[in-house]
Amino acid sequence: MTPDTTLDTVIDAVSAVFMVVGAAMSLGAAIGLLRFPDLMSRMHAATKPQVLGLFLLLAAVGLQLRTWWIWPVLLLAWIFQLLTVPVSAHMVGRAGYRTKHLHRELLSTDELEAVVQKAAAKDAADPASKDDDGSA
Amino acid sequence: MQLVLVITAVTLSLAAAGAIVRIAVGPSLLDRVLAADVLLAILGAALCIDMAVNRHLNNLMLVVAVSVIGFIGSVTVARFVADRREQPSDS
Repeated sequence: MTPDTTLDTVIDAVSAVFMVVGAAMSLGAAIGLLRFPDLMSRMHAATKPQVLGLFLLLAAVGLQLRTWWIWPVLLLAWIFQLLTVPVSAHMVGRAGYRTKHLHRELLSTDELEAVVQKAAAKDAADPASKDDDGSA
Repeated sequence: MQLVLVITAVTLSLAAAGAIVRIAVGPSLLDRVLAADVLLAILGAALCIDMAVNRHLNNLMLVVAVSVIGFIGSVTVARFVADRREQPSDS
């Protein structure tokens, strides 16, 4: 019985560490939301509990339940989170850029500005085509 | 394990309080949407910790559903913001 008990203790300790660190990710996101100056840097902080925090906590659930069939379900939850979080981050970031919710002096590079300038120049040259690219 | 439960409960409560403060003070709609997303992630974390500490699976489908459809709200609101602020009359 001794090896089983030791293994149980190790698994318990690992999952306890995962839970504490995963919860600390949420706290880090909250601190980032409160302290960072603009929308883009707050978005950076917000991704921590959504990806790494969820991974750690799902791993803790899988370790605590000691069954194998649970892992595919937990993997499904995490994969879907990985697929859907970039969609909302893309939309929020794009809307924030278009509505000027950013401190431009804090950006190290702005690759979207060249595209926007090009589209604006094209619109100015040919106003009839404006309906095609104004959306999104 | 009860100690872990207490530590994580305090941590997640502080995190939720911070996210709610950001929802309250704004300053923009997108900041509030982002903070609501973080609050949803904190809720999912609390559900996972409940499952792990008490060793049950009652919340598993809820966690999967949150991870599948949780992004729809912020996408919708972001789209709404983009469309609305594009009106020339909106200063």
